[in-house]
Amino acid sequence: MAEPAAVRLKDMLQKDQILSAGHRMCAGCAAPTVVKLMGMALRGPTIVCEATGCLEVATTIYPFTAWKIPWIHVAFENAAAVASGVAEAMTVMREKGRSEYEHVDVIAVGGDGGTFDIGFGALSGALERGHDMVYMVYDNGAYQNTGIQRSGATLPGQETTTSWAGKVEPGKRQRKKPLAEIVAAHKIPYVATVDPYHYRDFVQKFRRALEVEGPAFIHAYSPCPRGWRSDTSKSIELSKLAVEVGIHPLFEVIDGEEWIMSSPSKNLKELKPLEEYWAFQGQFRHLKDPKWDDFKNQVQDQMNHDWELLKKRCGIE
Amino acid sequence: MTTVERVPKDKITVEGLTGDAAIAHALKQSDVDVLAAYPITPQTIIVEDFQRFAADGEVHTKVIPVESEHSAMSACVGASAVGARVATASASAGLALMWEILYCAASMRMPIVFTVANRALSAPINIHNDHSDGMGMRDSGFIQLYCQSSQEAYDTTLMAFKLAEDHDVLLPVMVGIDGFIVSHNVERVEMLPDEAVQKFLGVRVPVQPLDPKNPITMGPLALTDYYFEFKEQQDRAMWNVPKAYKRIEAEFKKLTGRSHGMFEEYKTKDADIIILAMSSMGGTAKAVADVLREKGEKIGVVRLKMFRPFPTKEITKAVGGAKAVMIFEKAMSFGAVTSPLALEVKSALYDLEKKPLVVDFVVGLGGRDVPPETFVEGIEKTKKYLEKGKAPMYETLGVRK
Repeated sequence: MAEPAAVRLKDMLQKDQILSAGHRMCAGCAAPTVVKLMGMALRGPTIVCEATGCLEVATTIYPFTAWKIPWIHVAFENAAAVASGVAEAMTVMREKGRSEYEHVDVIAVGGDGGTFDIGFGALSGALERGHDMVYMVYDNGAYQNTGIQRSGATLPGQETTTSWAGKVEPGKRQRKKPLAEIVAAHKIPYVATVDPYHYRDFVQKFRRALEVEGPAFIHAYSPCPRGWRSDTSKSIELSKLAVEVGIHPLFEVIDGEEWIMSSPSKNLKELKPLEEYWAFQGQFRHLKDPKWDDFKNQVQDQMNHDWELLKKRCGIE
Repeated sequence: MTTVERVPKDKITVEGLTGDAAIAHALKQSDVDVLAAYPITPQTIIVEDFQRFAADGEVHTKVIPVESEHSAMSACVGASAVGARVATASASAGLALMWEILYCAASMRMPIVFTVANRALSAPINIHNDHSDGMGMRDSGFIQLYCQSSQEAYDTTLMAFKLAEDHDVLLPVMVGIDGFIVSHNVERVEMLPDEAVQKFLGVRVPVQPLDPKNPITMGPLALTDYYFEFKEQQDRAMWNVPKAYKRIEAEFKKLTGRSHGMFEEYKTKDADIIILAMSSMGGTAKAVADVLREKGEKIGVVRLKMFRPFPTKEITKAVGGAKAVMIFEKAMSFGAVTSPLALEVKSALYDLEKKPLVVDFVVGLGGRDVPPETFVEGIEKTKKYLEKGKAPMYETLGVRK
């Protein structure tokens, strides 16, 4: 029998945590919350394969570990490939009578650098091959582990240590790689975006990702106070705001074809201005300078355009 | 331990097989659980043949046709971590792309069998044989076994699983054959019946697999306070290899009558000059030794099979009494004192009071033929160096200068 997902707070308090206290992630980091919410969705025996990154290094400093379920890390760009090996091996060993488990869920976890950039090839390959696994990216918008460098997930106007805001540059100029869309284009059974503020939505979607046959992908937003220069108490609020300004809209894509806007995004009358999101974070502070007004308008226009496109895809007028 | 008996002749299957096909048959009989690989010449036939076995339902294996060699080795590590018997195959550039994960596989103590059709590294791109790929990974922590024939490739692939999965070892094994020269050359191969292989190999017994009932963390961060201890243990495991290898070979010999040793000695007892070479060059060297012996020259051959761990004491003993050791090797180490094999041999001989002159020739890069004439040319040079009492650290033969 599959264990139920813990969606209500009461059940959450009773569900076994997969990550212990004392894990050494930064104060205010949303990643441990993201992992704990993932844990709330689990249905039974599970193996986690993680890419190199903040979560990996901080939770497993030898001889300690914060992980209460089996966990493996091999390298930065290969979490999806490692997971495909784990998934296939568990299946064949069950077929040969060498595994006592009827089924083991396999989850790969990577940060945005390990997923949008260096691990993208391995991810795409694993999706195409159709392994029964869930890949979750916790997206904190930069290579935070190595000291806040830009990634394919970094937002336009975001300052990082490799996309400085200077006299002639407003931080990163390029747009963010639309990863969930690219993943959905692989026509896999399930893709969803989640964030830790909308925790019920998160757990329900993660559970669905586990339940579908074949690969599923979860894009989790994960505020990083250290990199974002935001208050450690504001991470969950920033997650909510990211949805409200349209940076991280919540949706699902079934079989790469059926696009469904999730309630928190669907219920928005209109997007809040990006200014509200930027105001919370030191990494966008430079945008207050009027010389970037044109740039800011372009970014806002792009955001509005993307939002309309998404609404159309989801069949919302 | 069950008694092992020689498999009767009528149970042996004899086929003409290329080196690649011989390896594919060995993988098939080893009941591999997961095979993850990416195509690259001249290894590809191994995977093609294996996929055909899979398509015909002749193997119970999950074959993962990965999108890169980096992912091939990564998927192997994942599969090995949960306790599966795992193999992959590659060469040259593909092996180079795996490089990062080779170290992970060895350090995480994953008993993966990695068959390689040794091929030159780019640039210029070249599909033919030398040992620059194998030598490039020599410090990765893989056991390295270089084979001379299709038969030896078959035998060694079978034994490699037993060696890798041995609880005193738990290290990945590279089984090398010379690209095209052995990988595509058809030779007579004697194959064991499936049941004999199954009995010989058994099923992998993992020591500490990823298991939901006994959750462990594998591949953690280890810093200044613990990293070194991991490496210390890994090094010790490597030096457990010769003993385990001898034990496994002894059992295999009972089964088949064949054994190949850590190296092969040919007419070395009274030899003045010993040719030291690896893989297919060993065959040519032996033919050259035979001809020169007819002319009264005391030539012997050591054909090295196990490069990692390097059989230091045994090689020292085998070549230490000669006047000269003439090394023929198919790799360069740019800017090094000498070439990879000569570096090992010279280091091994250093403590001898009376040591042979070591003469090192780099030959055959990018598949350049190494005919008997090249060996004779090397021997003539070696004789001159013996008269002078010294030789260059290394030199190339068979190249336009």
